[in-house]
Amino acid sequence: MARAVTTQHKTIATAAAWIVALLIFFPILYTIITSFKSEQEAIQGFNLIPSGTFESYSEVQAQSGYFKFFFNSVLLSVGSTILALLVAIPAAWSMAFSPSKRTKDILMWMLSTKMMPAVAVLFPIYLIFRDTGLLDSRIGLMIMLMLINLPIVVWMLYTYFREIPGEILEAARMDGASLWNEIIYVLTPMAVPGIASTMLLNIILAWNEAFWTIRLTTTNAAPLTAFISSFSSPQGLFWAKLSAASTLAIAPILIMGWFSQKQLVRGLTFGAVK
Amino acid sequence: MKLRTLTLGLLSASALAFAAHAESITIATVNNADMIRMQTLTDDFAKANPDIKLNWVTLEENVLRERVTTDIATKGGQYDVMTIGTYEVPIWAKQSWLLPLDKLGDDYDAKDILPAIAGGLSVDGKLYAAPFYGESSFVMYRKDLMDKAGLKMPDAPTWDFIKQAADKMTDRANGVNGVCLRGKAGWGENMAFLTAMSNSFGARWFDENWKPQFDQPEWKNTLQFYVDLMKADGPEGASSNGFNENLALFQQGKCGMWIDATVAASMVSDPKSSKVADKVGYALAPDNGLGKRGNWLWAWSLAIPAGTQKADAAEKFVSWATSKHYSELVASKLGWASAPPGTRTSLYANAEYQKAAPFAKMTLDSINAADPTHPTVKPVPYVGVQFVAIPEFQGLGTTVGQLFSAALAGQSSVDDALKQAQDAATAAMTEGGYIK
Repeated sequence: MARAVTTQHKTIATAAAWIVALLIFFPILYTIITSFKSEQEAIQGFNLIPSGTFESYSEVQAQSGYFKFFFNSVLLSVGSTILALLVAIPAAWSMAFSPSKRTKDILMWMLSTKMMPAVAVLFPIYLIFRDTGLLDSRIGLMIMLMLINLPIVVWMLYTYFREIPGEILEAARMDGASLWNEIIYVLTPMAVPGIASTMLLNIILAWNEAFWTIRLTTTNAAPLTAFISSFSSPQGLFWAKLSAASTLAIAPILIMGWFSQKQLVRGLTFGAVK
Repeated sequence: MKLRTLTLGLLSASALAFAAHAESITIATVNNADMIRMQTLTDDFAKANPDIKLNWVTLEENVLRERVTTDIATKGGQYDVMTIGTYEVPIWAKQSWLLPLDKLGDDYDAKDILPAIAGGLSVDGKLYAAPFYGESSFVMYRKDLMDKAGLKMPDAPTWDFIKQAADKMTDRANGVNGVCLRGKAGWGENMAFLTAMSNSFGARWFDENWKPQFDQPEWKNTLQFYVDLMKADGPEGASSNGFNENLALFQQGKCGMWIDATVAASMVSDPKSSKVADKVGYALAPDNGLGKRGNWLWAWSLAIPAGTQKADAAEKFVSWATSKHYSELVASKLGWASAPPGTRTSLYANAEYQKAAPFAKMTLDSINAADPTHPTVKPVPYVGVQFVAIPEFQGLGTTVGQLFSAALAGQSSVDDALKQAQDAATAAMTEGGYIK
């Protein structure tokens, strides 16, 4: 009897999980379906079966070269992630292993910067970028994306580092390891799974960031978010083309997410059960 | 061998020197058919100007507006040419944010620009933006449905006639709505239509002392007429329909009439995308016999921000893109029907264009019927037919648009919407220092 209940519960839970997953994935699925429709079909209302035309893809590619934007997206997301890790690993180390009275407050303060609407600082940031010559530069945008995601990266790494017993680091110190040796040769290898999932999440966040990447770029540093934005039209039908552009833009990160889902899930749930 | 190496070296050095001399200009633009077409035809410009390289930034209209406003207000210098509308030009020119276009070249023929359009893009007699394409609004109607209803659309209909025709054409059982009009909230969406419509009802946004006028009977008549008309003869969910939604409805044969941008004529008459391409007729926007019609005036135009370091190259490009030569170039490659409309008198005098674009005469008459400097029956202190050319209008126009859209959706009454609009406008005008 107990087994039957468990099986029944499992079935219900699985079905519920599938329904929720489908609900979450549906907008993406519908975008992909719409990208294989003609503009006329796309605006004719809800329809899950496209005619299967590739015309939107060829028009999108002809209108603005995809690969230039793709290259910028890769460079910005990977570059900003590496920059963020360089800053966040020492920061998280100090907070996890050498906490002060104010460590919790500092962590909360860092997180609170994420609560401010980005548009509130648009003008100051724009002026700083203008005066330092960073407008439409990849390095400027890398720094910006790094700063935006830094609180999350520090928080995630801090949570991982807290799981590592301090005694191991103490042992390394007893063996004469310097601070940097301790971080580079002892802590980092032990935290590789945590760092890897933080990295993956940060790449996804940086890839999808649309506010700053559109506003601080024109042509040289514009990533895929700017590519998508160029297909919305005030006068004329554009849903199919916009869907094709969106599909092209999300495909790489979707594939990467698919292959690394174990790492991602592990990373996001790490430290959740204590 | 040495000689060859030396020659190659010299050639590379001169190529490098040339590349270093080449100037690149960045053009910010919106995504519409005419603008995208221009990007495919720039080889012609490159041939005549090999030392100028063009970089394009295409953005969604609202993002473009926000981006160029940020850039121009901070003198960021990211763009050398900006695509802006008739709303921005007078405001930005007065702020000295734009360079006057006085070096467009001897063969440019600025006097050929349609007077109504040139008037909207000039301040103190100086042109601050060159029109790339211009539009007004007019009535597009189904000739077959009019015949079936036993009516004949006059060239210059009244609102009463539109109501009568819409009532007769509405056949909801067969999915036909008598009339499709904008309902989606936004200063450039439903408020473009309603402001232009209100002009023909004798209404105005502000009196001569900038006092808001939504508490006056003219606005009540406008909004009540619009809401009643749409309830009786409009499509379902009209409060979320903008230009594109109505375009799709009309192309699918679901609207008897559609009053919107003249630029839509080429889309509804295109057999590739429109099921009713051979059944469309055109008429001037309706009036109420008060001397003003409900049509607007808009031009997407190219302007040069004051912060640019490359003004000469930018002006050369603006001159090329808005010239008669460009229209001829488009015509030679894609036919006269694709020439950018609504900017030059000579285009409308061209017999080939008139033949290729059956809506040409009505478009020209509609543009000429709009006067941005005297848009209303009673006097007003502002410029603009379907907008008020003050910086506060974008925010206020959208707020009022939301209130009117809610009235159309039945979420509030016409009286409530007007009262709230009056309050919002009074608050915005007081805050802006226009009234005390």
